[in-house]
Order: sequence, then C-alpha cells, then structure tokens
Amino acid sequence: MSAFLEIRNLCVTLKGGAPILRNVSLSVSAGQVHGLVGESGAGKSMIGKAVLGTLPRALAVTRGEIWLDGVDLRTLRPAERRRRIGASAALIPQDPLTALNPARRIGPQITRRLVDILGWSRADAEARALELLAEVQIPDPDRVMRSYPHELSGGMRQRILIAAAFAAEPKLIIADEPTTALDVTVQKQILRLIADMQARHGTALLFVTHDLGVVSKVCDTLSVLYAGKVVEEAQMRRFFMHPIHPYSAALLAATPSYKDPDGSLTPVPQSVIDQVEREVTDHDRRAGL
Amino acid sequence: MTLLRSILMRFLSTAITLFGVAVIIFVVIRVVPGNPIAMMLPPGATEADIARLQAQYGFDKSIFEQFTIWLGGVVQGDFGTSISLRQPVSALVLNRLPATLELSIVALIIAVVSGGTMALTGTRWRNTRKEGAIDVSTGMALSIPDFLWGLVLILLFGVLWPVFHISGRISPALDIDFTTNFYLFEALLRLRFDVLGDLIGHMFMPALALAIPLSAIIAQLLKQSLKETMHLDYVTLSRTHGYGEHHVITRDALPNAILPTLTLVGVQFTFLIGGTVIIERLFSYEGLGNMAIDAVINRDLPLIQGIVILFALIFTLVNLAVDMLYVVLNPRLRHA
Amino acid sequence: MRDARGDVKRPIGLRLWLSGGWLSLLVLAALLAPWIAPQDPLAQDLFTSRLPPFWEAGAEPGYWLGSDSLGRDVLSRIIHGARLALIVALVAGTLTCVIGTALGLIAGFYRGWPDRIISRFVDIWMAFPPVLFAILLIAVLGTGLTSIIIAIVVIDWTRFARVIRAEAMTQGAMDYVASAQVAGRKRMGTMLTEILPNVLPTIIALLTLEMGIAVIVEAILSFVNLSISTDSPTWGGMISEGRTSVHQAWWVLVFPLITLFLTVLSFSQLGEGLKDRFDPVLR
Repeated sequence: MSAFLEIRNLCVTLKGGAPILRNVSLSVSAGQVHGLVGESGAGKSMIGKAVLGTLPRALAVTRGEIWLDGVDLRTLRPAERRRRIGASAALIPQDPLTALNPARRIGPQITRRLVDILGWSRADAEARALELLAEVQIPDPDRVMRSYPHELSGGMRQRILIAAAFAAEPKLIIADEPTTALDVTVQKQILRLIADMQARHGTALLFVTHDLGVVSKVCDTLSVLYAGKVVEEAQMRRFFMHPIHPYSAALLAATPSYKDPDGSLTPVPQSVIDQVEREVTDHDRRAGL
Repeated sequence: MTLLRSILMRFLSTAITLFGVAVIIFVVIRVVPGNPIAMMLPPGATEADIARLQAQYGFDKSIFEQFTIWLGGVVQGDFGTSISLRQPVSALVLNRLPATLELSIVALIIAVVSGGTMALTGTRWRNTRKEGAIDVSTGMALSIPDFLWGLVLILLFGVLWPVFHISGRISPALDIDFTTNFYLFEALLRLRFDVLGDLIGHMFMPALALAIPLSAIIAQLLKQSLKETMHLDYVTLSRTHGYGEHHVITRDALPNAILPTLTLVGVQFTFLIGGTVIIERLFSYEGLGNMAIDAVINRDLPLIQGIVILFALIFTLVNLAVDMLYVVLNPRLRHA
Repeated sequence: MRDARGDVKRPIGLRLWLSGGWLSLLVLAALLAPWIAPQDPLAQDLFTSRLPPFWEAGAEPGYWLGSDSLGRDVLSRIIHGARLALIVALVAGTLTCVIGTALGLIAGFYRGWPDRIISRFVDIWMAFPPVLFAILLIAVLGTGLTSIIIAIVVIDWTRFARVIRAEAMTQGAMDYVASAQVAGRKRMGTMLTEILPNVLPTIIALLTLEMGIAVIVEAILSFVNLSISTDSPTWGGMISEGRTSVHQAWWVLVFPLITLFLTVLSFSQLGEGLKDRFDPVLR
C-alpha cells in the first residue's frame, strides 16, 4: 500500500545557507499516526510547514520531493499546489488563542474553505460543520457557530480547530503540537479526541510534539529529529522497549516519570550530544554545505 | 460602567470641551484692538451713532454679561447677527456648511481609497523595491502640508495642463435650482450629470490637496498594521486551506488590521477639516473656511464665534463617530 | 545587537546629507543675504518688471530667477526671505518645543490633577482649526514677528504635549523609574535625569518637524497678508503675489514655492534621520 504522504530527502535551508532540514525522509499512510519528536528547534514544525506550503519567506526547499496522494508537490505550479493541499490536507495548529480569526464568527471559519475551495453548497457546508462540532463534543453547536472566538475558552477553541481540520475529510492531517498550549487537565481530553477522530475517519496523521509521553499514547510509528536530521525511525513498541540510537535512549531517559516523582532528572549526556553533532557535521560535509 | 453611563460621561466631557472653546474664543476676540463698530460706519459718524450701534450689538456690556447673553441665545439656536454681512450668523453658517462638508468628505474618500490601495500594494509586494518606493513617496507626501500641495496642484493642473478649475465651487453660467446647498449630493440624486461634472471639476484640486497628506498617513499606518497581522496564526491557517496571497491579505488580514488605525485616522481627518480654511481660500472655494478668514479680517465677532464653535462641534462629532465605529467593528467590544 | 540583517550599520544616510545640506545652504544665505543677493530686494523698477528667469528669452543679467510685477528681483527676495523663515523656525520651534514638552512631562509624570487640567486644555485646543486660530491671534495681537511667534506657540504646543505625555507615562511606569524612586530621588529629579534622556529622540524629531511647521504657518500668514508689517520680503507674500499673476509670470510663484517645499521637506526628513541615528534602543 503506497503511503499518502511521502517525503524523500527533503532539505530546507535559510536563505543565506544555514540548513534547517537535513535530508529528511518519512512516510505516512492512511489510518497511520506518525509522530515527529525532538527538542525545540529541531525542525519538527518545519517539516509540516514544508508539506503545507507555509514555510516562512526566509526559508526555501533546496532538495527533495514531497509526494502527496501520488503527486510530487514540488512539480506543481503554486496555484495548483495550493489547491491540492487545501483539498486533501489540513492543519491542527498549536495555539487555539491565535489560530482563529477574531473578526469572524466560528461558523464561517469552518465552512468557508468547503464552499470556496471545494465547491460545496452553503447548506451542505453548514450541516457538515454542525456534524463535526457535535463529534468533538461541543455543547449547543448552533450557538457556537454564531459565536466569536473571544467568547469561548481555550479548550473549546481547540476542539473547534480539530473539527475544522476534519471538516473537509482530508486524507492527511498535520497536528503541530496541538496540546502544548493547553492546560494539563485539558490536554488528555484533546489527545483522546484527536486519537478517536483519527481512528474513525481513517486519516493519515503526522503528529508533531516534543513530549514522548504524548507520542506513546497516540502514535503508531515515529521519527526522532535532531538539528533537522532524522536520527531514528521506528515502530512504537519497539522504540520504547529498545531504542537503537543513543540520542533516542537519552530522550527516553530524560522523561520525568510520575512513578518516581522525587527522582532526579537525567539530562542528555554530553557524549550523546557530541555523537549526534558529529553525525550532523558529517552529513553537511557530504552534502557540500 | 453601563453603556448609558459611559454615553452620558462622554456627552458631559464633550460639553465641557465645547464650553471651554466658547469661553476662549469669546475672550480672545474681545481683546481686539480697534473698534469693529467704528469700522462699519462712514467716517463722518458721530459719537452717538457709534454708541447706539455698540448698544445694539451689546458691546457696551461687560465681557461676562456679553457671554451670558450669547450663551443664552446659543441654546435657543440664535448665534447673533453678523456685523459685516448684516444677517443672522446661523443662517450664514448653515448656508456655507454643505460646501465645506462635501469638500471634506470627497477628500476623505480620495485619501482612503488611495491610501488603502497603497497599503495593500505595499503588503502584497512587501520587502521588495516596490514597497521601498511606496515608503519613500508616502514619507515625502506626509511631510508636505496641504497648503503646499494646493499650490503645486494649481501650478500643474491649473497652469501647465489646465484640466481642472482652480477657482470657485461651480461655474457661474450653470443653471441650477437646487433646494439645499449640498450641490454634489443633489446633483447626484437629480441625475444632473452636467452639474455633477462641473462640481467635481471644481472640487477635485482642493480635495486632492487636502487628501494627499492624509492618504500618506493611512498608507503607512495601514501597511504597518497589515504586515504585523500577516504573521498571525489564523492567517497562516487560511493559507493551508488553499487561499492565495491576495485573498489572505484582503479577506483575512485586512478586517483585523484596520482597527488599530481607526482612531489615529479619525484625528487626522479633523486636521484635514481644519485645513479647509486655507485651501478654500487658495482655491476661492465658497465654503465655511473662506468665510472665516473674511470674518477675521473684518473683525466680525459674532460670525467668528459662530464659525469657530461650529468647527469645534464638527471635530467632536467626528471623534465620536470614530469611537462608535471602533466599537461596531470590534466584536470584542460589542458584547462588553 | 545583531538582527536578522546582520550588523546594523549607522552611517549618515543620504537623507541626512540632503536635508542637512539644503538647510545649511539656507542658513548661509540668510546670514550673508546683504552680500550675496544680486539686487536690493525692495528696489522697485518698472523697467525691470516681469523679467523671465535667465534661460528664457527676454531675460536680463542680474535677475537670475526673474522679477515680479514691481520689478523686484525674485532671487534676492528669496534669499532675504530666508532670514524671516529661519528666525521663525528657530525661535518659534524651540519655544513651542520647550513649553509643550514641559507641560507634557508634567502631565505624564505627575498624573493626578495636573494631568487632568492639562489634558482638558489639550482637548479644547484640538477642537480649534489651527490655521483659523493663528489668523485670529494675529488679528488680535497685531502683525509683527513677536505675534507670529506667539501665534505658532499657542496653536501648536499640543503637538509636543500629547506625545511627550504619552511617552512620560510609559516611561514612568517602567522599572527603572521605580528603582530611582526607591533609591530616594525626588520626583522632579527623576523626571529630568531618568525620563528626559529616553524621550530625547522623540523630542528631536518633533522639534525639527515643528520648525518646518513654523515656516509653513508663517508662509500661510504672509499669504493672507497677516504676517510682518514691513515691506521685507516673505516667501508666503511672494507666493500670494505670484498666484495672482501666475499666467503671465509663473516664476514669481514657482521659485518661492520650490524653496518653501524643499525647506519644509528638509526639516521633517532631518528629524526622521536624526531620530534614527540617536535612538538609544536602535543603538
């Protein structure tokens, strides 16, 4: 079964030369949840942005292919690329407080893309929106549709964003640290919601996070990133039981365990950092950077 | 604070300000050297004649008494009688007001359309040479006041390429029989396109002179606001939906970017209205500002008072309108 | 501090060179006017009336930019007119700056009753159309240089007061002020030594802007013949005369207009350039 999303040897650099993503390859199939883990600044979000076409202007894709539903996005003209992405992919953004347009009601923010980009009728779009709002367990969906974002709580807004992401029935969803900006009490609910909806809709999900605990609950497979380079790629269970790369092992060890609240935190050992830095430098040398 | 209470507070504050304006203008112009009454009469007038006329206009009383009488008249709508034109001030002022209002509003429309377009273009082409060019030209445009732009326009389009009229409000030869003095408005309603064309031909230069500095300010403020808004998450999210740059700028960013610029633009609009005083003079446009200058030269105290109070009232109304517009456009405040 | 563009260089930009250059030229012209002006600016001579500028047919040597309907040399009048313009700019500009800044600092830093009174006055003042107010003041005070300066200060002090008040309020709320207070400084002391240096770039930019505005207000006043009372040439007066004879002798309007245009532009660009250069945050 060919993957819905396939990234091959993706290189992204800052205009000026500094590499942001180094030869990243991964694939996600329908129904699969693939995690992207790494520390802050490792480039996890950039992969998602590269796929969705929202890289900052200062960055550019210099090499590699991004295959979405059997077409390499890089070979398309901008308008066609935008249309394809809009039709088959969606984003669950990180911060629910800034990801909704404060000047517009909730309803249009879900239905607009269905009507404008996908050509649905107004009535169909609104029915679909209500359907999804119910699915994400929003009480009184009619009133919420007519509300403005500032009238709703952060947790509610994240649910709405999740509903909006699934609305167009995309084949791929990229979740960019969807629980990082939420209260701890709400995080678990939202995670469960995303997992349930993904299972029900059979979507391919690329889940970006720095939290290994989150990964263990939701993902089937994962890639570990360091400085824009994929360090390890594995299946969930195997990874947690036998991580291959020392960096992965160090990450796992660094996760605070609720079973041992008084235990000291284990930072990533310098030797591991040195090793992984060497790998990065080797890569750059081979790539002629 | 309930809505009613804040409206009342606002009303009170405005009233105090207008009262302050009235007091200041009243006192200032009575320090005038020279006797305005004496100026009106022929040289052979006797002391008795002067005294009689002075009593008629109330100049024999103390400043405080004069103010109280004038204020009493004002609340009944009577602003006194013009010394130089021998007619009720309120009638004179209301007669000229529509001309100035039309000029100001046409100038505002020009400024908003051109300034807005420049802001949108500058955002579309941000960080390119095009944006730099827009920055340089707007920087220059807002350094130069409307008076100078008026003179430049007179030279360019009145002398070099005489396309527009540089004098007056309407060609004397035109036969119009309008009910109000809102010539532009009525011409539109009555579909008198010949009159409309003539009016616009006369109005375009002074309105443009007034509009240029405001247009530049709008362009800079709005562009800055737009560029900041373009970085926000909901704009990026809209891109992932498949929307192109043009849509994202105008439909997602713009409605949010306009808000922070409103108050400042409102204040600048009041400056524009103040500018009609000299621009009307420059273009011999028969409006309030032109009449005001004559009133000062003729030491016509009641007329000066009336016009200044009217200007002050217009300014405060504009500020009020802007504040209300801000509340209407900002969903966050509407439900407060 | 490095930003994304690399090292922030602080050269003297083109803007500063051009505006500073023009203004220096003007200062020189004003100082040396009696010696460098080709003609006597007040000398009327019907035989030399309405001469065109030197590159046109019919021009006469010595009248480089032409002459007006009374035979007076345009260039000489412009040079002499620079004296009035610069005196007004300097004196009125500085006075407005000092008074406006003082009131703004008091209102913004001390808050309370001083702020309420001053702010109320600012509101009242902003309800007056400035040009009309100036014309009115001249009518009241009589024509003359002092009246012009007083009129400019009276109509424009609010420009400084509002901005400086806002800045003083922002700065006053900052931590470094609180530490100064805790350390036992008197309030006025804090205001002068801590806050003033931080609002200085704004003051500089506004001051040069104000000078440009002063020149314009004087030009408008002389345009409506309400400026100085002597026959001394003024740019605004020349423009007023030039306006009436613009079809027959365009040069009488054009050259003083260009001079005025360049002067006002230079003042405001100078302000912007200086502000960028001396802003402690950008440094």
